[in-house]
Amino acid sequence: MIQESLLKLLESDARLSDQQIADRLGVSVSDVAAARAALEQEGRIVGYQVIVNDDEDGVSAFIEVRCTPERGGGFNHLAKRIARFDEVKTCYLISGGFDLLVLVEAANLMDVARFVSEKLSSLEGVLSTATHFRLKTYKLNGLLFEEETPHERLIVAP
Amino acid sequence: MDWNHTLSRQIVDLPRSGIREFFDLVTGSKDIISLGVGEPDFVTPWNIREAAIFSLEKGHTTYTSNLGLESLRCAIADYVEDFFSVSYDPACEILPTVGVSEAIDLALRCLLNPGDEVLYHEPAYVSYAPTVLMAYGKAVPVETNIDDLFALNPAKLEAAITPRTKVLMLNFPTNPTGSVAPLETLKTIADICIRHDFVVLTDEIYSELRYDGEKHVSIASLPGMKERTLLLHGFSKAFAMTGFRLGYACGPAELIEMMCKVHSYTMICPSITSQEAGIEALRNGREAMLEMRDSYRMRRDYIVKRFNDMGMDCHLPGGAFYTFPSVKRFNLSSKEFAVRLLRDARVAAVPGTAFGSCGEGYLRCCYATGFNLLEKACDKMARFCESLKS
Repeated sequence: MIQESLLKLLESDARLSDQQIADRLGVSVSDVAAARAALEQEGRIVGYQVIVNDDEDGVSAFIEVRCTPERGGGFNHLAKRIARFDEVKTCYLISGGFDLLVLVEAANLMDVARFVSEKLSSLEGVLSTATHFRLKTYKLNGLLFEEETPHERLIVAP
Repeated sequence: MDWNHTLSRQIVDLPRSGIREFFDLVTGSKDIISLGVGEPDFVTPWNIREAAIFSLEKGHTTYTSNLGLESLRCAIADYVEDFFSVSYDPACEILPTVGVSEAIDLALRCLLNPGDEVLYHEPAYVSYAPTVLMAYGKAVPVETNIDDLFALNPAKLEAAITPRTKVLMLNFPTNPTGSVAPLETLKTIADICIRHDFVVLTDEIYSELRYDGEKHVSIASLPGMKERTLLLHGFSKAFAMTGFRLGYACGPAELIEMMCKVHSYTMICPSITSQEAGIEALRNGREAMLEMRDSYRMRRDYIVKRFNDMGMDCHLPGGAFYTFPSVKRFNLSSKEFAVRLLRDARVAAVPGTAFGSCGEGYLRCCYATGFNLLEKACDKMARFCESLKS
């Protein structure tokens, strides 16, 4: 039970210390540490990262990939192979008109083009790709990028 | 002009709110962490704000009927039946108002003849007694204390009854103590009200914000009470909609009709934008509301533990978003403590006396403040308490 509360807190602020989390949940620090360790071990907590507004740095592209599933392994083998490229930041298998949605980050447009034409399209099993470039980020992982300035409440109110 | 002789004697003599007094003190101070507010720190959930924007986009900028939008009254009827287990006829038993405050004012004006007495439990929300006075009634406080966890003690209630007593005002969960009334207490109070033929005004604005695991029970739902009870509720606290100024009264058609008469001459109706936002809140606001409630619960548990650790005895309040810690062991009055806390620790909390004289020895600390700020405020208060001990 504490695991779910712990995840919820970390999802809103991954920098919270075990002590702070223990205080908020009203449990002991060792309980928090144990729950955190268990979540890490199970692979539910995969990592702790910072959310950066990088709209001004480099380019990002969302690439729709259609591919042929393999007998026995379905899309897994090819998807994992694509996911291993450093340029690939996110890779999902999805339902609908294509199979994999791949988020690629690179220094410039040419690098993305090169990655798509030389690495991605040439993989055996990849039938087609469609590349969409990111223009502007409005919200990422639940966080608005241009948060409205908080409206000040009165200091004292009934 | 000689304003001394021109202004209404009654209004001039009306005491200033203790909160207002403290507000003047705080105004202009910089870098204050405030535990002194009486409203959520959350912005109204987006779907509700969006409904308000959509209402404006559609050009809904007119008056509504004095009774408010029928669709709003129907949504209120459904919500109240589901949450309080009392059913009201949207045609004649529900009146949307500009906050619960307006509803209380209307009800008291419609119920009181000069000199009629109104009982209410103290410490209490700052408006109750003045609103009674403005309706030419006599406000009679019944003190509550920590022994009853600030719930109304029926024996004390009985002791305050006179032949002029007409109305009992209740507010559970309570601003400023966060107290809730145990069901048995509520039943005893209901018996007293039936025996003495009282009208009950029950302000249940904090009813969704309960953390004790108990289902909230309204006195209106107890046998024989619906016919004599005006249930007051609104959107401000549970849906974080204080600025929308929207509340409602549910009760006997005869009383609602009179209230609507006054309302039609004074307020006309709450803004249509707020009414349409209110419909969205009632129909689709539950999930966001529960999320906020869970967040308040976590903060309550945290702040109460911290207060007790730093030597401010504090009961675990069952609802609302207030704690009412005792500062008695520091040998300072509530006001002195609050003033020094503000000056030395830069933390604002309201002296308990702002809510009635029996609030002496206590502070009202609101925990509807972001967790990071709460942690900072508690650290500062702990150092302040330590400095008082040495």
